[in-house]
Amino acid sequence: MLEVDDLRVAYGGVTALDGVSLRVPDRGITTVLGPNGAGKSTLLRAIAGLVRPLSGRISYAGRSLVGMAPEDVVRTGISMVPEGGGVIRELTVEENLRLARMWRGDGAAGREAQAEVMDLFPALAVRKRQPAHSLSGGERQMLAIGRALVGRADVLLLDEPSLGLAPKLVTLIMQTVRSLCARRGISVLLVEQNARSALSIADDALLLSSGRMVASRKAADLHKEDELWHAYLGY
Amino acid sequence: MRLRGGTLLRNAAIAAVLVVLLAVGLFELDSLNAFVVYQLSSVTYVAIAAAGLTLLTGLNGQLSLGHGALMGIGAYCTAVLLRSYTDLNPAAVMAAAVLTTAAVSVVVGLGAARLRGPYLAGATLGLAVGLPGVAVRFSGFFGGDQGLNVPALSAPDSLSQVPQEVWLAWVGLVPAAITFVLLANLVSTRYGRDFKAIREDEIASALHGIRVARTQVLAFVLSGACAGLAGSLMAYTSNLAAPGSFPLTLSLELLAAIVIGGLGTLPGAVWGALVIVFAPDWIGSLNDALHLPGPVRAELPLALFGAVFVVAMLAFPEGVQGGLVRLWRWRVGRRQAAAARA
Amino acid sequence: MNYFVVLTLTGLAAGMVYSALALALVLIWRATRIVNFAQGAMAMSTTYIALAVIQATGNYWIGFVAALVAGLAMGALAERFIVRWVETGPPLNAVILTLGLFLVLEAVVPMIWGAQIRSFPAPFSIAATQVGNTYIALSPFSIFTIAVVLAVMGAMLALFRLTGIGLRMRAAAFAPDMARLLGVRVGRLLTFGWALASMAGALAGMLVAPTLLLYPSNMDAILVYGFTAAVLGGLDSPVGALVGGVGIGLALSYIGGYVGGDLEAIGALVILIAILMLRPQGLFVHAAERRA
Repeated sequence: MLEVDDLRVAYGGVTALDGVSLRVPDRGITTVLGPNGAGKSTLLRAIAGLVRPLSGRISYAGRSLVGMAPEDVVRTGISMVPEGGGVIRELTVEENLRLARMWRGDGAAGREAQAEVMDLFPALAVRKRQPAHSLSGGERQMLAIGRALVGRADVLLLDEPSLGLAPKLVTLIMQTVRSLCARRGISVLLVEQNARSALSIADDALLLSSGRMVASRKAADLHKEDELWHAYLGY
Repeated sequence: MRLRGGTLLRNAAIAAVLVVLLAVGLFELDSLNAFVVYQLSSVTYVAIAAAGLTLLTGLNGQLSLGHGALMGIGAYCTAVLLRSYTDLNPAAVMAAAVLTTAAVSVVVGLGAARLRGPYLAGATLGLAVGLPGVAVRFSGFFGGDQGLNVPALSAPDSLSQVPQEVWLAWVGLVPAAITFVLLANLVSTRYGRDFKAIREDEIASALHGIRVARTQVLAFVLSGACAGLAGSLMAYTSNLAAPGSFPLTLSLELLAAIVIGGLGTLPGAVWGALVIVFAPDWIGSLNDALHLPGPVRAELPLALFGAVFVVAMLAFPEGVQGGLVRLWRWRVGRRQAAAARA
Repeated sequence: MNYFVVLTLTGLAAGMVYSALALALVLIWRATRIVNFAQGAMAMSTTYIALAVIQATGNYWIGFVAALVAGLAMGALAERFIVRWVETGPPLNAVILTLGLFLVLEAVVPMIWGAQIRSFPAPFSIAATQVGNTYIALSPFSIFTIAVVLAVMGAMLALFRLTGIGLRMRAAAFAPDMARLLGVRVGRLLTFGWALASMAGALAGMLVAPTLLLYPSNMDAILVYGFTAAVLGGLDSPVGALVGGVGIGLALSYIGGYVGGDLEAIGALVILIAILMLRPQGLFVHAAERRA
């Protein structure tokens, strides 16, 4: 289980996270919602090791992650998909995937995992030798998720996967995440602006605003709280 | 010692007083140690070159590795003029050297204005390495590897009591004082602020209406003019203008002077010049004390300058300027605390 | 032989040396976004080490290998323990740091070995090659120079394109943060990149010493030419380093031959300014902004 306790993060004097705590249960999808600038991306970046928190605890499977370099966080089984997917544009689809499995060794198990991902996302298989910059937005997200799977992540940190995608693709991505979660027992921490699509697949929902956690509910229950919706999600 | 903002007249008055004090001091010092006086005359022109580089690199953020070569232009201009017109007034010769080097700096500055960071460093490196070759190529005019002799500058008859090295030091003091007064004044004007603004944030400066390219070229020309003046004085002091006097290491020593002295401050240019000129001797005494072998003696100053660069960059990760700002604030804090206690 | 052909052949051989140094600069730039102004001095130091080894063992090739190994070690140590700390700061700091290394090396080498100009042995003749009754203006050593630089370039390109470590190096160069998120140990790869780069630099130093002779500042001009070549080809492009090197070698050969030998350095400067004015990203790099 991924646990975050009283996390404080600041960028050059501006406090981005002000004592955030949360739990991501295994085999479930937890979504973090909130307005722009709430600190949602910062939360993921801190867990992934890209930014160093001022104080607080982050632990997974009993190990503390604070101060770990990102390449070491990956080795604990936590994999982050940054905003926009973060595919390396100059490398081919195949190279992006191969890169993701290299830290486990370049061997047969990795190649198998890569083949599975190609089955899961046929669009990628077709384009496997093409450079990643030639992919469409939706394909890039698929590649990004595919990379995390090839690295056999146990926890996925997804940063706004729906950003810039057409509604049909958003649904597709969300359904893929849901079914991966069910089939492979992955836990997911999903940061989203698109609250409705996130809540459609999430088990738990957390509401972040100005660096603070303002609410924590079951996803199904959040629908009923009009005040919260209006105040923080702007609907 | 810090020349605060104040009018040009005030700065000039302070400088005039300082020059007189120093001139008298040098004359007295000469009876104790003539060689130190000769070295102090070197300090005057190194300080001028360092002041120009302070303006360009410290204030305006353009790194130049070629200012040694620009000094060479000033020196050669001096030598060539004196070869044809031996009785030319030194002030006129120096003015000509300044103008020539400034003209070359316009060309270099125009090229440099579009370059940033390592590209600018590389281009000016090319200047430092390549310009001496021009003197060798046109050896008929420039005297080739041997260079050109520059006749000694002798004191007028009324001052014939004054020893040569003191006279040279006095001759160096005047242009140095003029340079520092003018630059100090410039720094407090809009131009000085523009230089700094561009170093901090070019895009913001442009958005504020600062004409970035022109200002960059101006900084280059002014610093080049200083280098030309310094080169001319160097020619008079050493009686020589030769390719070997302006190697790449001279440019790097100038950079060391401003890094050591305090990147971006005019007084720092003076401290830096003092260090550059006297360090080989101090290190020589160290050598004697430790009985270091010959080759080590010769190379130790440069090795230490290099080490200073490395250590300064490692110990002040936010930049030498940042480190100095920190130091300044700490000093100011202590002073205020002391004043509060008093 | 026809004068133009002679100039072309000598320019080609010299250009290969500039390519090797340009490759060193390109590799370091790609990895850490720093221009290593100490690269020439590092190459000079490894050549001095090679000379010591050659004199001790009596064998050129052992010295050759020693130079390359010393290059690997020097680059790795420099990155890991010194340069690492300025990699993320303002670019001016990195420039001043590498200049500091340049000064230290050019001072420490003569402390150990003296500043006098030394001759340097070559494994093959540096006189013109005789084919039947004619002489080609390309010495056996020059042919060796061209061959070995091409071989090293080929090996590097194969490393980048075909191997796992090459893939990781490219990823670390294109997108270091994302590469970290994929488990790539970017720090180690930067060290490795510097090691390879310094090895290429050491090669340049070995290839130039027989004709240029060995003294503490012998690589200063080569650094300028190598930098110009790297900028011409594009600081991000190893292939550009090869093409740029040959281009600069030829250009300087013609300048030296037709205009005057001492003007080569100024000629290089003019070419550098021209490139930076007209096509600053170089020939082989697309204008699209690379991500940091």
